[in-house]
Amino acid sequence: MKFTEEHEWLRADGDVVVVGITEHASEQLGDVVFVELPEVGTQVTKGDDIVVIESVKAASDILAPVDGEIIEINETLADDPGKVNSDPLGDAWFFKLKTSDPSQMDDYMDEDAYKEFIG
Amino acid sequence: MSDTLRRTPLHALHLELGAKMVPFAGYEMPVQYPLGVMKEHLHTRDEAGLFDVSHMGQLIVRAKDGYEAAARALEALVPVDLLGLGAGRQRYGVFTNEAGGILDDLMIAHRDDHLFVVVNAACKEADIAHMHAAMTGCAVEVITDRALLALQGPRAEAVLTKLVPEVAGMRFMDVAVLASDHGELWISRSGYTGEDGFEISVANDSAEAFARVLLAHDEVEPIGLGARDSLRLEAGLCLYGNDIDSATTPVEAGLAWAIQKVRRGGGARAGGFPGANVILEQLENGAPRRRVGLRPEGRAPMREGTELFDQAEGGASVGRVTSGAYGPTIGAPMSMGYVPSEMAETGTKLYGEVRGKRMPVNVAKMPFTPANFKR
Repeated sequence: MKFTEEHEWLRADGDVVVVGITEHASEQLGDVVFVELPEVGTQVTKGDDIVVIESVKAASDILAPVDGEIIEINETLADDPGKVNSDPLGDAWFFKLKTSDPSQMDDYMDEDAYKEFIG
Repeated sequence: MSDTLRRTPLHALHLELGAKMVPFAGYEMPVQYPLGVMKEHLHTRDEAGLFDVSHMGQLIVRAKDGYEAAARALEALVPVDLLGLGAGRQRYGVFTNEAGGILDDLMIAHRDDHLFVVVNAACKEADIAHMHAAMTGCAVEVITDRALLALQGPRAEAVLTKLVPEVAGMRFMDVAVLASDHGELWISRSGYTGEDGFEISVANDSAEAFARVLLAHDEVEPIGLGARDSLRLEAGLCLYGNDIDSATTPVEAGLAWAIQKVRRGGGARAGGFPGANVILEQLENGAPRRRVGLRPEGRAPMREGTELFDQAEGGASVGRVTSGAYGPTIGAPMSMGYVPSEMAETGTKLYGEVRGKRMPVNVAKMPFTPANFKR
């Protein structure tokens, strides 16, 4: 698993990357009340804002970690956004992305580096 | 955090309880405790929540000739019937400016021979200056040696009666000065959550011990500013600076109920407050715009600043959201904002522009949750 400085976790399986947010991020956000996901089929470029997470405090964005196409979204988050707090690393994945440039994954931190990053 | 931020007498207790502290109106205040905003909100509606509101301004206004003289002097600044306010009772009011706008909102209590006034933290210096300048002949004493706590929720009475049995006899908007193990308490049966509850002024050096005794009850959790905001919004209550300000009149803000008949056109003491010409005219003929409740059809909250439209595409903005959040008790997003009066009817369909997309939102009755006062 890889981690971004925006507190996303990325789990790669071949050229498919599953994306969610870390426990640290979910704690910082507070109770999540709404998640807006991109449409399946959307072509994204690394750094695009593609998910909006609204918590009781504020709205924040999730960025596309790599270039590619959204191939699946987690529809269950629409009815149960609280999963982002209760199971951020598991059930509350946001989307699956088929990347056109797997080498971009090399830009991200491994777990040890991420742990150090959040201190 | 900046050294210039002021601290309340409960600062150390907040840290001990694990609060996340933020700057608010010049004070370092708890925005949430480990329970989190959502659970703090729900706990207050189900049981009881304890809030530190010591940042608010507590003032005593006296006139040499007693209550009536002080009430008359303050009536020159607020469109409220204070001469008709019974001893031991409190009223909500607003300071107005010459344009009819709102300088601050406040609670005014009739205590024996004087007035006890509670004003917003962010406005208190300006309010005090305003009162000093206008209320010649009155002494305006700023109370700096007392903290202010709010105990809110359906279990508030059961908890507080264990410490101060007399509060059981108080009803909504009663005030009393009562003796306790923590010294003299200045209590009002009121609050900012839509729930039954009390605001309690306690000497600074007794405040922490008093708060600890309240928190020792299983029913009571400490509640931060985050839940305070969602609770007041569900209750349809205005936040000064967001929902009301110097450019909104009490009529536009839907606060005409706070202007008693005697201060309106044809009343015995009609007008006589700043901006009376504007406000009395609006009471008579209506205001061009109104504060309304808004319920988005979708799940995305429409937050402060969201522009409102009367059509799904094109056209100019017709209004703006002034407060918006997720309502934990209603389980849905909610907002309030200003719209033209002809669009203020409940059920009117509007569109709020969220991240560039117009999302449907309906004008809705407030409060969003029923008030639970002990009348």
